[in-house]
Amino acid sequence: MEVSLDLLLNAVVSGVLLGGFYAAVSVGMAISFGMLDIGNIAHPAFIILGSFTAYILNERCGVDPIVAGIIVLPFFFLLGAGIYQVYHLAFERRGETAFIGLAFFFGILFIAEVGLILVFGVDYRFVDAPYIGPSLHLGFVDLPLRMLVPCLVSLVLIGLLQLFISRTFIGRAIHAVSQDAGALQLMGVRPSRVKLYAFSLSIATAALAGSCLIIIQPVEPSLGRDYIGRVFAVVVMGGMGSLSGMLIAAMALGIVESITATFYGPSWSPAVAFGFLLLTLAFRPAGIMGR
Amino acid sequence: MGTKAFWLATTAAVLIVFAASRLVTNDYVFFAGYVVLQYVVLATAWNILGGYAGYINFGTSGFVGIGAYSTVVLHKLVGPPIPVLILVGGIVSGAIGLGMGYLTLRLRGVYFGIATLAMAIVVQTLVTNWDFVGGSRGVYIIRPAHVPFIGGYIQYLFLVMLVLAAVAVAAARTIERSVFGFGLAAIRDDEQAAEVSGVPTLRLKLIAISVSCGLMGMAGAPLPYYVTYLDPASAFNLGYTANTIAMPLIGGTASWVGPVIGAIGLATIQQVSTVTISSALNLLIVGVLLLICVVVAPNGIVGLVRGKRRRAGRGG
Repeated sequence: MEVSLDLLLNAVVSGVLLGGFYAAVSVGMAISFGMLDIGNIAHPAFIILGSFTAYILNERCGVDPIVAGIIVLPFFFLLGAGIYQVYHLAFERRGETAFIGLAFFFGILFIAEVGLILVFGVDYRFVDAPYIGPSLHLGFVDLPLRMLVPCLVSLVLIGLLQLFISRTFIGRAIHAVSQDAGALQLMGVRPSRVKLYAFSLSIATAALAGSCLIIIQPVEPSLGRDYIGRVFAVVVMGGMGSLSGMLIAAMALGIVESITATFYGPSWSPAVAFGFLLLTLAFRPAGIMGR
Repeated sequence: MGTKAFWLATTAAVLIVFAASRLVTNDYVFFAGYVVLQYVVLATAWNILGGYAGYINFGTSGFVGIGAYSTVVLHKLVGPPIPVLILVGGIVSGAIGLGMGYLTLRLRGVYFGIATLAMAIVVQTLVTNWDFVGGSRGVYIIRPAHVPFIGGYIQYLFLVMLVLAAVAVAAARTIERSVFGFGLAAIRDDEQAAEVSGVPTLRLKLIAISVSCGLMGMAGAPLPYYVTYLDPASAFNLGYTANTIAMPLIGGTASWVGPVIGAIGLATIQQVSTVTISSALNLLIVGVLLLICVVVAPNGIVGLVRGKRRRAGRGG
């Protein structure tokens, strides 16, 4: 196969943009699964929920999807808080392992998907925004704004989260709870309180990630499934709970997927993420940045 | 129940159901009965790994789909009889389960769970893009109208699934009472302690996942002949996964009886409610039931009753 340079360069650039978006999708799970050890496989379902709230606000009130994501963010935070309370009472307090919790989140994923299908049907929904359509041209590299805007939103989101976790008291407490919950308890902090904040925060990111998703592509209720493998691959490759590692892993996945899609066809891209995941689990379960 | 009594009872159950089915003239009963029996196989198979060893498999839909699509491939290439298709579907599915297990069962259970879910979705995507088996358009399977000595084809499929269900239940019961089964129980209760006591945990888990996924593939293999039109969305329906986790949890995961009770109960309710209410709402009910079961009674209804009794005994 002939590999032309500008095709490759375009594939890499769009891979970086795609990777930026994957980072927004994965950051919530990097917090919940990576830091708190809560295997929230329903995270992509919350992202789809975010896409649909953005769709409703955009369709009914003409709100920009990103703004819509910011508006519903507090509600997602509360939703996350409610779910964590149930999870905590049902599993953590009883000392159940994270494993049976997976079945709990699978149930949520299933209910969210079936519920959305009952309400909206299986049609693809999309939003209107001025930046969907036009592209920037730099030499022979195309930068579609539809991809660029979500990537920038994602980078801002992750930057803010990184600042929050490293600079504020509650952020450091989240870091502490991920390292040694028992020690935190000895310091007079209730780990479940800290986890409540962190988990709610992780669900809140799904609101913005959902807005980004529906900007990039039309959304239907079961689309979230495609992201379970990707999100998990990115979080594990990134070394669980490290936001910078997660960002690098997301970029790597985006670039490889984009190159595969350019040269072998887009139908193979979900298999790429899964291949990444299996290889990581087999050879470096601690992640590429792992200790 | 003694081993002899179990075999007698199982054989009797198969014969009675078969004899009773000869008296039924309504074909719908066979269509519904097939689905119920299919769930008996799936729930029993899932429980070998999920109930005995405590490793939750979220990939049931994937293994059912693999079994179904291996049938489609063979049907297009050779067209062998159903028992051969079931065997091949079981082997392919079991081998893929073994490979998945080898990569993920050495890690913590959470990794295994998420990897199986991701596997099911990826295989669906690949089949959707595979033109030979019809891709996303799906594929039509033309089946004979009649089978000699048995009658209509759906009656034949019902019989096949009946035998498969008996085989699966017998296999689960045999495992449960063997040294192998005790090893799995030790893994479920405390994997580290089991490993230290000399239980070859990884090997036992790998055998369990091969048997479990193999049976799931076997249950999926006759599916193309049952539906006659198969598309990836129905073969890899996530409903299979939700149902096969919910059924043992409802019935109880500690013994072979639980999944059978759960499967017959839940699948029958679903068959009735699909006709009387609607199929989408029906899936929602399964999801809600699953959630309630996991939160309130993670050991199933059998476990809940046993726990109550134990507590009452201690109190008095």
